[in-house]
Amino acid sequence: MTSATPVDDATGLLSQSRTPLDQLQHALHKYPVLSPALVLIVSGLVFTMLGDGRFHQPSTIGIMLQQTAVLATLAIGQTLIILTAGIDLSVGTAMILVHLVIARMVAFGATVPIAGWVIDPIHPVFGLLLGVLLGLFLGAIHGGLVTRFGLPPFIVTLGTFYVYQSLGNVYSKAQTTSKEALGDNGETRDVAEGLLLVLGRGISIGTMRITVGVLLALAMYVVFAYILSSTAWGRHIYATGDDAEAARLAGINTRGVLISVYMVAGLIYAIGGWVQLGRSLSASSNAATDINLETITAVVIGGTSLFGGRGRLVGTLIGAMIVTMFDTGLSLAGVDAFYKNLAIGLLILFAVALDTWIRKVGK
Amino acid sequence: MSDASSATTPVLEARGLVKRFGRVTALGGADLELYPGEVLAVIGDNGAGKSSLIKCLSGAMEPDEGEMYLNGERVTFKGPPDAQAVGIETVYQTLAVAPALDIAENMFLGRERRVAGPLGSIFRKVDKRGMRRQAKEALDELGIGTLQDITQAVETLSGGQRQAVAVARAAAFGSKVVILDEPTAALGVKESGQVLQLIGDLRERGLPVILISHNMPHVFEVADRIHIQRLGRRATVVTPESHTMAEAVAIMTGAAAA
Ligand SMILES: Nc1ncnc2c1ncn2[C@@H]1O[C@H](COP(=O)(O)OP(=O)(O)OP(=O)(O)O)[C@@H](O)[C@H]1O
Ligand SMILES: [Mg+2]
Repeated sequence: MTSATPVDDATGLLSQSRTPLDQLQHALHKYPVLSPALVLIVSGLVFTMLGDGRFHQPSTIGIMLQQTAVLATLAIGQTLIILTAGIDLSVGTAMILVHLVIARMVAFGATVPIAGWVIDPIHPVFGLLLGVLLGLFLGAIHGGLVTRFGLPPFIVTLGTFYVYQSLGNVYSKAQTTSKEALGDNGETRDVAEGLLLVLGRGISIGTMRITVGVLLALAMYVVFAYILSSTAWGRHIYATGDDAEAARLAGINTRGVLISVYMVAGLIYAIGGWVQLGRSLSASSNAATDINLETITAVVIGGTSLFGGRGRLVGTLIGAMIVTMFDTGLSLAGVDAFYKNLAIGLLILFAVALDTWIRKVGK
Repeated sequence: MSDASSATTPVLEARGLVKRFGRVTALGGADLELYPGEVLAVIGDNGAGKSSLIKCLSGAMEPDEGEMYLNGERVTFKGPPDAQAVGIETVYQTLAVAPALDIAENMFLGRERRVAGPLGSIFRKVDKRGMRRQAKEALDELGIGTLQDITQAVETLSGGQRQAVAVARAAAFGSKVVILDEPTAALGVKESGQVLQLIGDLRERGLPVILISHNMPHVFEVADRIHIQRLGRRATVVTPESHTMAEAVAIMTGAAAA
């Protein structure tokens, strides 16, 4: 890479006429992760000072990472969709539905209504496979409704949000599937048998304790960051979200890009559901009720533009950590939990205002 | 072209193209012929159907009726990639660039090159460095020296610089036909001159060009023939030798019969 800021050699005017504010705007435009990273660092420092000394300890950080894993995983799919200028309001309920299907098929099998067929409990491997297929199917529905019928993603996923929530409650009769039913009877430690809960297994690094699920989530960030920045498909996601008609004229199959993005997000419902099983060591339709909006919060705070085409995945990871940090930090500091949403809300407004300002570069 | 007969077969031909948008008829049976090695200008009033005509030829739009032929063979385009695949490159009036992507990414948008070896074939890694180098070469060839940083987002460029990127992309990839819809609209005198120069270069390379422009001096400077579009159809074809600018404009506006 050569010089970071363009300079008109002939006149030097461009660089000279820039105020510090202009330079900040251009820096944020080029590196949109700067602001969420700053927020993360500053709020981390503030919580450390406010608290009783527990906040910055490795054990607390480990717990925060565990709390973030599901949110962070689902937020990857949300980032992809928002980069295409779409939105997914149903991530959470879709993930819950998928994790219920995985858990209950493994624990109890099923009885097909009307026909009366009885399906025996299935092996955890097939349970996860079924979850993946279901996730892909839900994603294909979203993508199909958006591309074939031209429905706004907001409306499509608002509808499916309710549908999945209802289906999840009906299907599970709002009952929790216990850890014993999921393959952890306290004796066998066979990985295949305990596959559904394996992501909940702890790993200790000094006094910091994380789970396999945390590692999986972080690995997914590495993989998807690479895909977004270094593959043609990744760049086409940006181009499609940036200006869909321009992308189409340039020869990109924008419909294909959109459908594949929604299907990958569907795949991530299944992976997120798996992480959720490891996190709660049970399956319940009441789990993770806030997560639908929290994924959007993580993406927006992370500097990705709701207008599409702009943003970095690592920003979303930072955004997800900020959301959890406010939760933990404020409670450790003894602040009333009601203030958490106030702080998050203000942060969202700040992030969106900043994005609007950044997008004015070159206008 | 090796023999005389093929020289008379148009490279690209359209017959009776019809395109309607609800009650608006953008094209009402439009014809067009583009011969090997020529620069064909298309002129016409606003709304005469110039952009619609070339969008059919570039695959961006599917005509309701009519046929198109490439070197005498019937072609149908379901989308821009179909036309690109047979060597037709287009600079659209709206430019069709992705503002947030950088210059190199825009030039290779939709046909990214992958790095050699398993990193490219298995991990699908695009060859950013190679594409940047080639993009820089293509722009240098165009004489766009004012672009310093090939990794600059296109939205930070001036209108003329954006146009230069779009033109360079078409020139770099076009192998049969290059179509330019008002490529000099946002350009200064010097940059316009460079684009006209480029059109001449393309003709030297034997590549036929369709140029849509409202700028009559430009048209009369570079065109071999001038297709006059009026009310969704071709009124007539003239040459810079057969007609003056005033006469061409008179036909274009309907003040004179074709
Ligand atoms: N996508 C569209 N939807 C509806 N109407 C359209 C569309 N594209 C073109 N038209 C209509 O078709 C007619 C021809 O438009 P076109 O863009 O081809 O004209 P043009 O000759 O390129 O004009 P200009 O010189 O202004 O670029 C116009 O009346 C226009 O309003
Ligand atoms: Mg036009």
